[in-house]
Amino acid sequence: MRKYLNIITAYSIMMILIILVGIFQSWSIALSILNYCLISAVMTMGANIQWGYAGLINFGIMGYTALGGLAVVLVSVAPVPEAWSAGGFNMIMSLILILGIVLVVKYILKKYKSLKYRNYLIALVIVFGIILIRIVASPGIEAIESVNPAKTGFLGGLGMPILFSWIVGGLFAAGLAFLIGKIALGLRADYLAIATLLIAEIVVSIIKHEDWLARGVKNVIGLKRPVPYEINLQTSPWFINLVEKLNQGKLNLISSVSEKKDILNQLVIDASSVYVKLCMTGLFLTVVIILLILTQKALYSPWGRKMRAIRDNEEAAGAMGKNVVKEHLLIFILGSAIVGLAGAMMVTNDGLFTPGSYRPMRYTFVIWVMVIVGGTGNNFGAILGGFAVWFLWVEAGPIALFLINFFTAHLDEANALKVHLIESAPYFRFLMIGVGLLVIMRYRPKGLIPEKINTKKI
Amino acid sequence: MELLNALVLLLNYTIVPAITYGSQLALGAIFVTLVYGVLRFANFATGDMMSFGTMFAVLLTYYFQSVGIGLGILPTALLTIPFAIIAMILYMLFIDNFVFKYYRVKKSAPVQLAMVSVGVMFVTQAIIRIIIGPFDRRFLDGEKFILKASEFKEMTGLNEGLTIKSTQAITVVVTIILVSILFWFLNKTKTGTSMRAYSDNEDLALLSGIDPKRVVMITWIIAGFLATVGGVLYGLDKSYKPFVYFNNMLPIFAAAIVGGIGNPFGAFLGGYVIAFAEIFVTYAYKKFFTYLLPESLEPDSLVQLLSTDYKFAVSFSILVIVLLFRPSGIFEGKKI
Repeated sequence: MRKYLNIITAYSIMMILIILVGIFQSWSIALSILNYCLISAVMTMGANIQWGYAGLINFGIMGYTALGGLAVVLVSVAPVPEAWSAGGFNMIMSLILILGIVLVVKYILKKYKSLKYRNYLIALVIVFGIILIRIVASPGIEAIESVNPAKTGFLGGLGMPILFSWIVGGLFAAGLAFLIGKIALGLRADYLAIATLLIAEIVVSIIKHEDWLARGVKNVIGLKRPVPYEINLQTSPWFINLVEKLNQGKLNLISSVSEKKDILNQLVIDASSVYVKLCMTGLFLTVVIILLILTQKALYSPWGRKMRAIRDNEEAAGAMGKNVVKEHLLIFILGSAIVGLAGAMMVTNDGLFTPGSYRPMRYTFVIWVMVIVGGTGNNFGAILGGFAVWFLWVEAGPIALFLINFFTAHLDEANALKVHLIESAPYFRFLMIGVGLLVIMRYRPKGLIPEKINTKKI
Repeated sequence: MELLNALVLLLNYTIVPAITYGSQLALGAIFVTLVYGVLRFANFATGDMMSFGTMFAVLLTYYFQSVGIGLGILPTALLTIPFAIIAMILYMLFIDNFVFKYYRVKKSAPVQLAMVSVGVMFVTQAIIRIIIGPFDRRFLDGEKFILKASEFKEMTGLNEGLTIKSTQAITVVVTIILVSILFWFLNKTKTGTSMRAYSDNEDLALLSGIDPKRVVMITWIIAGFLATVGGVLYGLDKSYKPFVYFNNMLPIFAAAIVGGIGNPFGAFLGGYVIAFAEIFVTYAYKKFFTYLLPESLEPDSLVQLLSTDYKFAVSFSILVIVLLFRPSGIFEGKKI
C-alpha cells in the first residue's frame, strides 16, 4: 500500500481539481476537460511506450494523431456514390500505380545489389511514377471534388460503426510507423526526433491538401457518435423523468406550474449534455483501463525487461543476442498505434475532423511535456502527466487572468500594462507549460511518478 | 528572343526568390549546425529564438519611426539590427547560464538537452506572444523595389518583366557579408580554430588548453548574430508573424541535416538546396514551355510536379531521401 501512496495522492489531487472546476465553472466543462485528459492519457501512454520503455524519441505524434482522425472519417462517414462513379476508377488506378512503384523499387533493390547507378534508377522510377500518377489521378480528383463541393466533394467513407474506426486508426498509425521506422530508426536519437517531426508534417500536409480524401481544410463535420444525441435525449420520456427525479427537491420548492416546466426544461438541456459527455467518459475510461492493464503486464513481462535492457545498454543487449533493430521497430509500431487510437478517439469526441488544426505545438510538444512531467517509463506517471498537463493547458488562461488581476489590482483599469497583460492572458499557458517542463527536468528528472523497477536480490 | 523571355521568366519566379529564401534558411541552418556541433544538441528553440531577435528589431523599428530616425531608401530595420543582436545575445547567454549549462556540466545525453530546448521553446514563444502578440506585422519601409517589372520591360524590350525587391537584394548582400566574416573567423582566427577543435573532439581540445566556457560563449554570440539577422531578413522579405517563425524551423533543420549537421559550410549550401528544391518542384512551368516549344507541342496542363501546397513537404522529402542514402549529409558532417 505504501508503495502506491504517492500515486493515489497524485490521482486524488487531480480528481479534486476537476471536481472543483465542476463546482466553480460547470459540470459540462469539467467533463470535457476530463474527456480530453483521458484522450491525452492514451496519447501519453503511446509516447511513453516508445520513450520510457525503449528510449526512442518520436516527435511525430501529430502525424499519427491526424492519421487516426482520418481513419474515423474513412470508416464511419457514409460513402458518396456519385463521387465514386465520377472518379473512383482513376483513384483505384493510381493506388495500383503506387503499389506498382513500390514493387518495382523493391525489385530493383533486390535484384541489382551491386549496380552503380541503382540509386539513380530508383529516383528515375519514382519521378516517372509520380508524373504518371498525376496524369491518371488529376481528372479523377477534379471530378470528385466537383461533386457537390459545399457538402461532400470527397469519396466518403465506408459507413461502418464509428467504434470500429478506433481500431482502424491504430492500424493506420501502425502502418505509418512501420514505414518511418524502416527509414529513420537507425538514426541517432536527436536525428530521429527531427526526422519524425518532419515526416509527421508531410503526413499532415497530405491530409490537408488532398481534398478528395477527407475534404482537406474544408473539414468534415457531423460525424457519427457512439453515444446518444442530446436532441434525442431531450425528447425521450425516460430521460426527462430521470432528471425530474434527481431534482425532486429543487423542483418541489417551486409552486407555479409553468415556471416549474421552464426550469425542468433547462435542467433537461443541461443534463443531456452532461449525460452525453459521461457516456464518452465511460468509453474513454474503458480504453484507458484496458491499455493500462496491457501495458503494465507488458512492462513486467520478460519482454518488458528485454526492452529496458536494450534501452539502458544497447550494445550489451545486442551482445546477449537480442535483436535490437527488430525490437525497436516493434515498439515504435506499438506506441504509434496507441497514439493513432487516441487520435481517432479525439475526433470521435469532437464530432468533426479539422486537418487545419493539427499543429506540432499542440499535438507533439505538449504531449511530450506530458510524458516528461508524468514520469518516463511509468504508465501511472504517463496517465498522470496527461491529466496534469492538459488540465494546466486548459485552465492556464483563467489562472493567469486571476493572477494578473490580483497583482495589478492597485493599477488603474485603463492602465496600458494591465490591459496588455489581460489581453495576452491566453499565452501564459505556454509560459506555464515551458517553465513547468524546465523545472521538472531540472529538479525531478524522472518525472512526478518515477519509474520503479523491482530489483529483487538473487 | 523566346529563349531570353523564358530565362527571364525563370529568373523572376524561381531563381531570385530561391536565392533570397535560401539565404534566409542558410543563416538559420548555420545557427542550428553551430549549436549542434559545439554544444551537441538539436536546438528545438531555433525558430523561436530567431523570432525573439526579430521582435526587438520590429519594436525598435516602430520606435525609430515614431522618433523620425530612418535610413532614407533603406529600411529602418537595418539600423535596429545591432541593438536586436545585443538583446538576443543577452537572452541566449541568460538562457544558457540558467538552463543549458547545468546539463552541459552534468554531461547529460543530447536527447535530454533537446527536450530542455523544447522547454526553452515554450518559454520563448510565450514571452514573444506576451510582448508583441501573435499578429502579422510588416515593418518594411523605404524603397520597395530596385527594379520594377515595367522598367525592365522598357529597358530590354522583352515580354517578361524582372522584379527585384529591395529586400531581396539586402538579404543577399547581408548574407554574403555575414557568412564571409563567419567563415573567415572560423578558419583563420585562433578563436575560430579553437571552436572547430572543440567541436571535433572535446577531450582533445580541453587537453590542449582550450577554455570551454569561452568557446560556448562565443558560439552563443555567433548564434545571436545569425539568428537575429536571419530572422530580420525573413521578416523584412515576408512579414513578421511568430507562428511562421516556429514553422520555419522545420526547413531550417532540413537544410542543416542535408548539408551535413555540424558542418557550417554544408549548412550554408543546404539552405540553398532546400530553397531551390522547394521552388523548382512546385513551380508551374507552363509559360516557360510555351516560350520554348513550338506551338504544336505547347502543354495544356500547368506542368507542375507538385502543387504549391506541398512546398514544405518537398524539403522534408529531400531530407528523408538524404537520410536514406547519405545519413551524414551531402557534405560529410558529424558521424551519427
